[in-house]
Amino acid sequence: MVTLKRLLRIVFDRVETLFDHAFGQHLNPLVWLGALGWYFFWIVAGTGIYLYVFFDTGITDAYQSVEYITNDQWYAAGVMRSLHRYASDALVVIVFVHLLREFSLDRLRGKRFFAWITGVPVLFFIYLCGISGYWLVWDQLAQYIAIATTEWLDTLPFFAEPIANNFLNSGTLGGRFFTLMVFIHIFVPLFMLLLMWVHIQRHARARVNPPRQLAIGTAITLLVLSLVHPAISQAPADLDVVPAELGFDWYYLFAYPLLDSIPGGQLWLYTFGGMLLLALLPWIPPARPAAAAVVSLDNCNGCARCFDDCPFSAITMVPRSDGKGYDAEALVNVDNCMSCGLCVGSCPTATPFRRATAIVPGIELPGHPVGELREATLAASRQFVRGRRVLVYACEHSGAATIADDSTRVITMPCVAMLPPAFIDFALSRNLADGVAIAGCAQGDCYYRLGDRWMRERLAGDRDPYLRSRVDRNRLRFWQLRAAQRGARRKAHAEFLAALQELPKNHPPGRSRDA
Amino acid sequence: MPELRRIPLQVIAYTVFAVGVGYFATLPHYGYGDPELATIKVSLSHAANRAKPCIKMTAEEIAELAANMRRTETCERQRLPLILELDIDNEPVLRLHVPPSGLWGDGPASIYERFDVAPGAHLFAVRLRDTARTEGWDYARTDEVFLAAGRYFTVTFEAETGGFIFR
Repeated sequence: MVTLKRLLRIVFDRVETLFDHAFGQHLNPLVWLGALGWYFFWIVAGTGIYLYVFFDTGITDAYQSVEYITNDQWYAAGVMRSLHRYASDALVVIVFVHLLREFSLDRLRGKRFFAWITGVPVLFFIYLCGISGYWLVWDQLAQYIAIATTEWLDTLPFFAEPIANNFLNSGTLGGRFFTLMVFIHIFVPLFMLLLMWVHIQRHARARVNPPRQLAIGTAITLLVLSLVHPAISQAPADLDVVPAELGFDWYYLFAYPLLDSIPGGQLWLYTFGGMLLLALLPWIPPARPAAAAVVSLDNCNGCARCFDDCPFSAITMVPRSDGKGYDAEALVNVDNCMSCGLCVGSCPTATPFRRATAIVPGIELPGHPVGELREATLAASRQFVRGRRVLVYACEHSGAATIADDSTRVITMPCVAMLPPAFIDFALSRNLADGVAIAGCAQGDCYYRLGDRWMRERLAGDRDPYLRSRVDRNRLRFWQLRAAQRGARRKAHAEFLAALQELPKNHPPGRSRDA
Repeated sequence: MPELRRIPLQVIAYTVFAVGVGYFATLPHYGYGDPELATIKVSLSHAANRAKPCIKMTAEEIAELAANMRRTETCERQRLPLILELDIDNEPVLRLHVPPSGLWGDGPASIYERFDVAPGAHLFAVRLRDTARTEGWDYARTDEVFLAAGRYFTVTFEAETGGFIFR
């Protein structure tokens, strides 16, 4: 499993880098797969509502109504039909790439299982919607789908009589199964929407809308495709004629040809066995979760910054329980806490400048105490051998640990947003380094979802806690690079060292090295 | 890279995406039925006779039952299996022994078979046994039929209308 993830990561690293060149990190479509999935869902829903106005739900008139949509009103309903089809296909593509990418990033194990296992039934419902949609056109492809699906269903031991009898010949053709498909095609998407909402429930500020440029770009792409290669029906269904050559939507129907070579029961086994395996992947192998964040009520004033910044809705503000004069206190939901430390970075009490007492912030990661981070900063400052001293605070997922050398020391943590901005001020004002670099994940692609954004906003003074204005920004860099961008990281490192050479050595007035 | 220089790369990316989506939405074609052959479907759902005959109840037995449960005979639920044979041009094609459906074996037995044969004139002989007899058949039909290439030919059954229906 680990090897498979590594192989996939190599592939994704290359494609992501290519897309970075084309779109820039912030608009890289691979970073917005989930949001693009939502976007395509809304296109499918919107165009579907329009098509339903003109669609005749009776089996005898359905084909003619689709022909009217496609030919007579090609400029509106016809385009809508094409958009409906291509956005549905794009949804399948996006969802599978999303699934593979999250798998390659290992963003499914441990406490992240929830989004994964709630995504599996969404996949099932996407297929149910798509297949039932093709049924409604009632052309030869629909006829094939009707026969193949009912024959496949008949291999299950649930039906007293073969439901394929509904489509035996033109004399036995009944509308009841067709009506059921109309019902499924309309109501299953509503249920799917509910599941999609559940899917993102443990994500604060879930990204359900792609950036405007991506939304416009993909919409134009689908529109051009719809005009150049419009969706059309095949010959009308005739239950006395065997469908021969079929234009086939492989995104939705790829499993159907297997029914020609393996028994239906075996295909059910593969289908549900595959879905079960998919649902169990978060536990193969089981993750060892890091200790969840803990609140120190003696140091928590209920400011709610950790509540605002937690990307996984793991913190709630509850009425004060210790009788102190604050309104609220932070409460960590251990089941949701991913131990990313973003809450620590947001806590105004997590400052390294305190010396009189031990550093215990209002909220703390037991595996990465702020006191240890201060000690690591001080220890790193003593290890520089020569040249301009660069202290790098790096995310564990950034791949930046490898740039350590005589003039550069790297301190890693779960996420760079775990670093309270006061540490940057501490390192530079106490002359512990000549420059500080923050090495995080690529823009918009933080392993813990929001870390890069919070850190960027804190450094820019747009988000509390701010980096103090006295910090010389020339001595600070925020590298947002993918783990695989080793060359770009080395280059950024070299450029920073060169820039620091142009600056005087760091000797803030009245301060000396603090040990 | 400046935004304007990215546009050609974006156009390429969107085009690849559109071509990928559009191509596999219809192509390559899938060949389902062989247009050179005719396809036969044999489908029926029929409840065979009960495995044991019903027993007439005596007046005393009927009187012992609650007023709303009184009936003249008592029957076991289990039904017999259906036995179906189909020969085409005197060659055996199907030999089926189908148990009744239901947890208690009291439902209809169902048959659904689909297979291809060469088009042209063929002699179809189909037989069904739904009773406990060991010799002979309860329903049978023999007919010469003409099968057209690329079309379905169905063999169905309705006991109420006399047995097998060829279409």
